[in-house]
Amino acid sequence: MLEVDTCCKSYRTGAFGSGELLAVRDVSFAVSPGEVVSLIGESGSGKSTIGKMILRLVPTTRGSITFDGLDISGMSGRKLKEYYGDVQGVFQDPFSSYNPIFKASHVFTMLRKEYFAGLSSAEWNVKLERSLEAVSLNPGDVLNKYPHQLSGGQLQRMLIARALLLQIRLLVADEIISMLDASTRIDVLNLLGDLKGRGLGVLFITHDLSLGNYISERTMILRRGTIVEMGATEKVFGNPLHPYTKMLIASVPHLHKKWDQIEREVGASVREHVLREETTDEPADEDEGALPLRQVEQDHYVAL
Amino acid sequence: MAVSKPGTGVVTAAGAPAPAEATAPISPQGAPAAAPVGARRSEFLYFALRNWKFVAGLGVVLFLFALAIFGPMLTPYEPLEFSGPTDQAPSSDYWFGTTSFGQDVFSQFVHGLRATFLVGLVGGGIAWLIGATVGFTAGYRSGWLDDVLNMITNVVLVIPTLAILIIVAAYVNVHSYLTEAILVGLTSWPWAARAVRAQTFSLKTREFVDIARISGRRTRQIIAKEIAPNMSSYLLMMFILLFGGAILIGASLDFLGLGPSESMSLGLMMNNAFLSSALLLGSWWWFIPPGVGIIGIVGGLYVMNVGLDEIFNPKLREM
Amino acid sequence: MSLRVDDLTVYYQSLRGDVKAVDGATFQIADGEIMGVAGESGCGKSTLGKSLIRFDARMRYVKGTVELDGRKLPVWDDSKMNPFRFKDVSIIPQYALSALNPTRQIGTMATELLRARRIEPDTVLPEFKRRLKLVGLNHDVLDRFPIELSGGMKQRVVMVLSSLLDPSLLIADEVTSALDVSTQRAVSELLVEFRDRGFVKSMIVITHDLSVLYQIADTILVMYAGKLAEKAPAETVVNSPRHPYTQLLLSSLPEVGVRYAEKRLSGIPGRPPPLIDPPTGCRFKTRCPLAFARCDEEPPFASLEPGHMAACWKAEKAEAA
Repeated sequence: MLEVDTCCKSYRTGAFGSGELLAVRDVSFAVSPGEVVSLIGESGSGKSTIGKMILRLVPTTRGSITFDGLDISGMSGRKLKEYYGDVQGVFQDPFSSYNPIFKASHVFTMLRKEYFAGLSSAEWNVKLERSLEAVSLNPGDVLNKYPHQLSGGQLQRMLIARALLLQIRLLVADEIISMLDASTRIDVLNLLGDLKGRGLGVLFITHDLSLGNYISERTMILRRGTIVEMGATEKVFGNPLHPYTKMLIASVPHLHKKWDQIEREVGASVREHVLREETTDEPADEDEGALPLRQVEQDHYVAL
Repeated sequence: MAVSKPGTGVVTAAGAPAPAEATAPISPQGAPAAAPVGARRSEFLYFALRNWKFVAGLGVVLFLFALAIFGPMLTPYEPLEFSGPTDQAPSSDYWFGTTSFGQDVFSQFVHGLRATFLVGLVGGGIAWLIGATVGFTAGYRSGWLDDVLNMITNVVLVIPTLAILIIVAAYVNVHSYLTEAILVGLTSWPWAARAVRAQTFSLKTREFVDIARISGRRTRQIIAKEIAPNMSSYLLMMFILLFGGAILIGASLDFLGLGPSESMSLGLMMNNAFLSSALLLGSWWWFIPPGVGIIGIVGGLYVMNVGLDEIFNPKLREM
Repeated sequence: MSLRVDDLTVYYQSLRGDVKAVDGATFQIADGEIMGVAGESGCGKSTLGKSLIRFDARMRYVKGTVELDGRKLPVWDDSKMNPFRFKDVSIIPQYALSALNPTRQIGTMATELLRARRIEPDTVLPEFKRRLKLVGLNHDVLDRFPIELSGGMKQRVVMVLSSLLDPSLLIADEVTSALDVSTQRAVSELLVEFRDRGFVKSMIVITHDLSVLYQIADTILVMYAGKLAEKAPAETVVNSPRHPYTQLLLSSLPEVGVRYAEKRLSGIPGRPPPLIDPPTGCRFKTRCPLAFARCDEEPPFASLEPGHMAACWKAEKAEAA
């Protein structure tokens, strides 16, 4: 369904834009219907940039992104609108995603004007209510309120409902629950799981490995713009091979095991890694090409 | 409520019509344009009427404005008419006395107010339009367009405006206050453009702009419907500053004798008074009213603006 | 040393009434203990931490006592607390990372801070550099600007600064929240190291992340809607919690290894009550599956067994998770 092929994104830096910062380097992956793919990375890994490239919010420097075989970079006008009818996004900060001077329903009315202009008010209301109920929200509770009167969880769910209105096939979820409380996180996550069961494909971008492990079928570990390990989730987490993956897994705080024990199990040293990262200020430069991914077992690739 | 937003400790009723929803930490919005529209208007009035700076400033400006509109009907004399004895102190016939040419100062004053307001509104308005357009476009669409607009802005900013206006006015032979207003407007927009650009930059990175983009909205719509309304208080205050600024520049031009001479303005009055040595002759009634008039309008506008800032920004309000 | 807090109550003023951010907090911390304070947003944990050092002028102290090492801390008075700050009680505030002045070099900022506390920088500079080295920072970090440092490095600088005078109590408010997972671990372990090396005697670590607390804290205090819900040693809170809120919270956390397909976790329905006019009785009763008639009467934060306290009428009978 979605195919990303050797995508690169570079930014110009320095005075007069003479320098170049390669935020994303040679990233390739695919997302199929009914599948949740996690893109896991720390800050600066380029994961949000990839999400934005797929949503056409940021142009791709090199490489291609195709949806159902059609290259999305050339799209504009009506074709782009059609694309947004199939692919939508939800972002990290629910309070920043809503224009504070409008009611929360504004995000729906925007869509109505662009996509459902022909519907009568009655038809529109029915459609709207159905979407809200699909995300377990009571329309009466949320529609007439302003964003600051609602909770983060409600706002995020409304954004998912908004995406569902269009009957999308791919959702780009960029850290959608990191700003929510622990007790609401799991509800939104379960919602994604339900939707996945109904055929929705999800690109789940996160820095939290436990969440990625919980919800996704396939996982990609991103480091400084390149994929270092990818494959079926249980294989990547059960048998991590890249030192960076091992280090990440060893850093996650568990509720029933202490860090030392996990570190021994996985065989990594977190403190060394952190210290090393800080002494080398320069990001890897362009000449140091991304190592290609090698297959090490069925549905498990590592860049070693 | 979101985990990572800091709370603003002292809460004002930041536009929440349904008090039952209040949970702590208190609403994260503290910035001027954060309250929703409907409740914002009534909240605005509530605070506006209690802010003496706003009320006083607005009062002075409105009073002078009323005088500008209705004043000319109150006086039987034309401003340039040589209607009476020269150099008369204020009397019941001539409320503000007469000039050394025998013209009624009050009549000159109220007509001058009209011209001054015209220059302020039109000049300020033009500057506001150009500044906002350039600012929004440069701020929203970065890249080469931003660079070009930035360069133009900087050039116009750096040009000594008054010098240019003097030169232009000397050659173009300004016949009406409308022309003067246009000239003033065309040269005083750069700082406004920069300010709008900076604000647009920061609003552009907010995620609701991304949501608007993936909803299929086009650039112009996004600027007009999503970004500008968020800055409405800022844009209002900017207009007031441009209004005041235009009046000052116009008055300076008139005072230097470069404005239109066929009608009267406050600056021209002062020019005439100065040239006729009114100060030495002791004809205080000739130059004090226009001076007070200019100070009144511009000062009133600026004080009003300070009050507006307090009204819009909950953090500045005295609790 | 020890910290004894008794019935501490701190409100915030607002136009619509008092926000009862912390209501009747009573607990103790022993010498050398790291106590974690966990809870969701709005539960009052940050307020609790800040009230111990009176860090926020908007707070209104209502009642209660705070005793550190046997001495009463004047937490109701800003200027009277001044001599205690930094020397006896110190805080690493939330958002310290973004609070570093971007136009000041680290070293300049440090000397300004020390002078403001009436400490001659030269007397502590060698120790400062030594500690920076201990946390893995080169001494040239003093010449750098905040923008040149990574989040983890900035956090470590702030940690060293806050504990420079060996305070009895260090309050760390959400110090790991904005960090990457690997830096989070490094910083968390550093907190423990500070205690082990004697830079600080005891610590209060405030975070919403229970799993981090499990890793580094000796005891955990769970807060809900301004009240204390449960306090017990970390192992006990995680393995055999007695308060329904703690149990539900723990069961909603996805652990690495738990997958949606195998076991669907569930959250806690509903939302915390508003703190301006909170309901009488137990504040969790509207969302609690065990709520019954007596919950209209507020349960005391009582001791269930030595070292384990909970505020729930059913705590004795509640099943361990």
